[in-house]
Amino acid sequence: MSELIELTAVEAAAKLRAREIGASELFEAYRARAAGSDLNAFTWIAESAPEAEPDSPLGGVPLAVKDLFCTEGVPSQAGSRILEGYRPPYTATVVSNVTRAGAGLLGKTNQDEFAMGSSNENSAFGPVLNPWDRTRVPGGSSGGSAAAVAAGLAPWAFGTDTGGSIRQPAALCGIVGIKPTYGVCSRWGMIAFASSLDQAGPLSRTVTDGALLLSHMVGHDPRDSTSISLPEPITLPTAQDLKGIRLGVPEDLLGGSDGEGTGVEQGVRESFETTLRLAESLGASVDTCRLPHAPHALSAYYLIAPAEASSNLARYDGVRYGLRVGGDESLETMYSRTRAEGFGPEVKRRIMLGTYALSSGYYDAYYGTALRVRTKIAEDFRAAFGEFDFVVTPTSPWTAFELGAKTDDPLAMYFNDFCTVPMSLAGIPAISIPSGLSDGLPVGFQLAGPALSESRLIDAAHALEQAIGFDGGRARE
Amino acid sequence: MSGTPPAFEPVMGLEIHVQLKTRTKMFCGCDLSFGDPPNVHTCPVCLGLPGALPVVNARAVEFAVMIGLALECDIAPRSIFHRKNYFYPDSPKAYQISQYDEPICRGGRLGDVRIHRVHLEEDAAKLVHVGESGRIHGSDRSVVDFNRCGTPLVEIVTEPDLHSPEQAHEWLILLRTTLRQLGVSDVNMDEGSLRCDANVSIRPVGSSELGTKAELKNMNSFRFLERGVRAEIARQTKLVQAGDPVVQETLHYDPSTDRLTSLRSKEEAHDYRYFPEPDLVPLLVTDEVRAVAAAAVPELPAARTERFEQELGLPAGMARDLAFRRELADYYERALAQAPAEKVTPVELANWIPQLVERIGSGADPAESAVSAAALASLVAMVAAKEISRDAAREVLTKLAEEGGEPRAIVEREGLGAISADDGDGLVTIVDAAIASDPDAAGKVREGNMKAIGPLVGYVMRETKGRADGGEVTRLIRERVGR
Amino acid sequence: MLDRAQVLHVARLARLGLTEEEVERMGVELSKVLDHVDRIRELDLQGVAPTSHAVEVAGVVRADEPEPCLDRDVILAAAPEPVDGGFGVPSPGPADDDS
Ligand SMILES: [Mg+2]
Ligand SMILES: [Zn+2]
Repeated sequence: MSELIELTAVEAAAKLRAREIGASELFEAYRARAAGSDLNAFTWIAESAPEAEPDSPLGGVPLAVKDLFCTEGVPSQAGSRILEGYRPPYTATVVSNVTRAGAGLLGKTNQDEFAMGSSNENSAFGPVLNPWDRTRVPGGSSGGSAAAVAAGLAPWAFGTDTGGSIRQPAALCGIVGIKPTYGVCSRWGMIAFASSLDQAGPLSRTVTDGALLLSHMVGHDPRDSTSISLPEPITLPTAQDLKGIRLGVPEDLLGGSDGEGTGVEQGVRESFETTLRLAESLGASVDTCRLPHAPHALSAYYLIAPAEASSNLARYDGVRYGLRVGGDESLETMYSRTRAEGFGPEVKRRIMLGTYALSSGYYDAYYGTALRVRTKIAEDFRAAFGEFDFVVTPTSPWTAFELGAKTDDPLAMYFNDFCTVPMSLAGIPAISIPSGLSDGLPVGFQLAGPALSESRLIDAAHALEQAIGFDGGRARE
Repeated sequence: MSGTPPAFEPVMGLEIHVQLKTRTKMFCGCDLSFGDPPNVHTCPVCLGLPGALPVVNARAVEFAVMIGLALECDIAPRSIFHRKNYFYPDSPKAYQISQYDEPICRGGRLGDVRIHRVHLEEDAAKLVHVGESGRIHGSDRSVVDFNRCGTPLVEIVTEPDLHSPEQAHEWLILLRTTLRQLGVSDVNMDEGSLRCDANVSIRPVGSSELGTKAELKNMNSFRFLERGVRAEIARQTKLVQAGDPVVQETLHYDPSTDRLTSLRSKEEAHDYRYFPEPDLVPLLVTDEVRAVAAAAVPELPAARTERFEQELGLPAGMARDLAFRRELADYYERALAQAPAEKVTPVELANWIPQLVERIGSGADPAESAVSAAALASLVAMVAAKEISRDAAREVLTKLAEEGGEPRAIVEREGLGAISADDGDGLVTIVDAAIASDPDAAGKVREGNMKAIGPLVGYVMRETKGRADGGEVTRLIRERVGR
Repeated sequence: MLDRAQVLHVARLARLGLTEEEVERMGVELSKVLDHVDRIRELDLQGVAPTSHAVEVAGVVRADEPEPCLDRDVILAAAPEPVDGGFGVPSPGPADDDS
């Protein structure tokens, strides 16, 4: 059993295709661990292994999928009570893409409600625990997926990233998370949070696993008008060094010039510096770069994302599916009671914030201004990528924090995304890899590249990963 | 203006929603339907299921461009869809995908009314009131049917250029005729494929600024439009005359009572929180799309009227009467093509169309009548050549309408050909008889009192059964009385 | 700063029923967030075009070809109040009308 779990997804796929191991055997090994886990990482677990095709590219490797991906006939609630008992009549494109490639749906993972959160404490299914320290959060919003992969409850998983929801939990759980260029993964069947920012991506133990999963997720989808294709298919990384790679370190972000709470934690800063030195030893050049508007990304993000969310979540009205409360009272009462009881506090907060930002008299001051800041941030990155191949930052300013530590202070919680939202607003790809431990807790290192630079980004991350030699085994014990 | 004292004039603009006749819905592949069982044409998109995404129907865009071209609008090469947010059971996403500050068409005109804008959007679902359902007692229920939800709509907004209920009615008929000829919609008000709201205000005659307007909804028949607008003009006039202000509000016209009921006053009007639809990308109208649409636009009533006036010299009313009934205009142009240009003028021929319509029945298509365009053409040519008198020609036309055939043959068979001085002394003899029959009229004529000639001409016409040419008869009488 | 009236107005627009306690807290929390995001209004953004899409895609359309629809029984199975092949709701009062 346990040696099966120790295989990376790439290794497992190879052995399945070579008939060295059986798909149902592997699936059952993970199923048992998922079912027996105390992390609350799953909201639904498959009863039995689905039909596997050993000759398919993925040969039947199990896959954990974030709750917000619609999977036909399988509970898909986006971690919300308002979708209580909802089983969609159709399946998200990225899910059918990978199952067609031979992945087997192992289960649906816990998440912050509608992907709003950075600690997975905003779930109708309760918080997820961090396998490195069960008193701490796994990060969010893809906390269930991150915890499941880190703890070896799944070889790999789907997450979604709107402002950092793949990268930040990957960092806090000591695994790899990739947020692709906006548009390369279809959003069809992904329960929307903020449409112009949401992107699906893989969470995995290794960069190579992430590359393999991503290569089967991507592809143009006629059902998503914002869908685009990568210039060339994603191949598995091979780079062993970083010769000639120019890394830019944005002091604007690391200085925490946006005020209180943003300052990067000491231990995180040290791990980051060590990784930079390691990169240089691999042949990379490291220099500071400017992203003058990046410190304002958080503000722009917390106007744009809630605004879109307030509209995306308006469809949950108790008429066609999901929760209904007060159905025998007036229509208006039904609406407000259903939504009052169906949504959690953070979702309500963002619906209020977004509704306000779009309301007449405030649109230009808030939403309109945020869209202009977004333009400047994209320009900053374009300029930076004129001189540098990649921009690098710590993924999260700090390591996994105690459960409940930030729940009373929404603004403090939002600063988790300080280093990840700029890339989301610019729609560019970014990857988080574990760079080491700080006080026994994983630290994430983020690399971001120009739009559609996934292959180069993955190659560089792989070279660095090999040199770092991070061992996440402890979380799987 | 009925019901309105001359002191005030109404100022009206219309907002027309037109369901497009595409195969599928605006943003999904569900086929359009009418009168099918509820909720059999739905999918994740038009049901607003979580995770569903819209994709624009290319044909709907083409139709919108055709309408824009027909209404002489500026077509935007790049336009944007917005979300119009509001909660209502007929709106599954709680927002309507519509166009806001960057519509696909701007400006333009149709007839004497300027077009403000034309934009694309999606239709709402149908909400059917069922009263007390057995399921939840003591509460009034409605049922939502999503078949119609997502049907492509084009919204046409006019400038406030209409000044009477009759004019509004007339213009809406012109618009319907135009859209029908484009083939982009059934434009059927009873089935809701053509829906009309009216913005009505009144102002002192001569003043140029606009008064506070009220929005009239549910004008879903031509009669209701006229009656509703008339009722509103009366209501506002009464208010203004009593010195009360007109409040901006939305009124619902109830045809059964002919009354207007206020839905909500604009004070608590919904804040739609428009913002660019992030699930869609900018809409492009490429030169190709534009060309395809342009090629599909036939000559429309307004343009044809103008051509009839400009090129054929028809009087405005006559030109419009022909152009607004395509079958008449087509028939007329076919006949004109076959009439010898040197003999028959377009106006002369056009004068005969009402005669024809009178005989084949007003609703009828002359192309299906017994009178071929060629026959009419040669009949009118014979009149022009004085080979036959007008009265005789009317008789021939009646025969043609009854049994068809060739006018010349009928003229010969019935002996209706014109007689003149040159064919024997026949006509001269009759003229002399006329003079003899009324010497004192003849005397007056001789003295130069031409009024007196009437009875003599009448005598000749009677004798010749109208086959003689009036002009020639007059000339002969004067000659014979020696004037 | 968001006062009580504004909180209630926004909650009404969003059809969110809030308890007294939530109205209180919402005002404080949102004001704190707004005070922070307000800083972007000090930036000089003269002549800067808004970006509502990160991707440079435009003119995406689909052919007017029918696709299979969902089975009515399937969609009504998820409905809180299936009635006569449709979705039952409390009848809107005239004040709710917005069609
Ligand atoms: Mg409209
Ligand atoms: Zn549909």
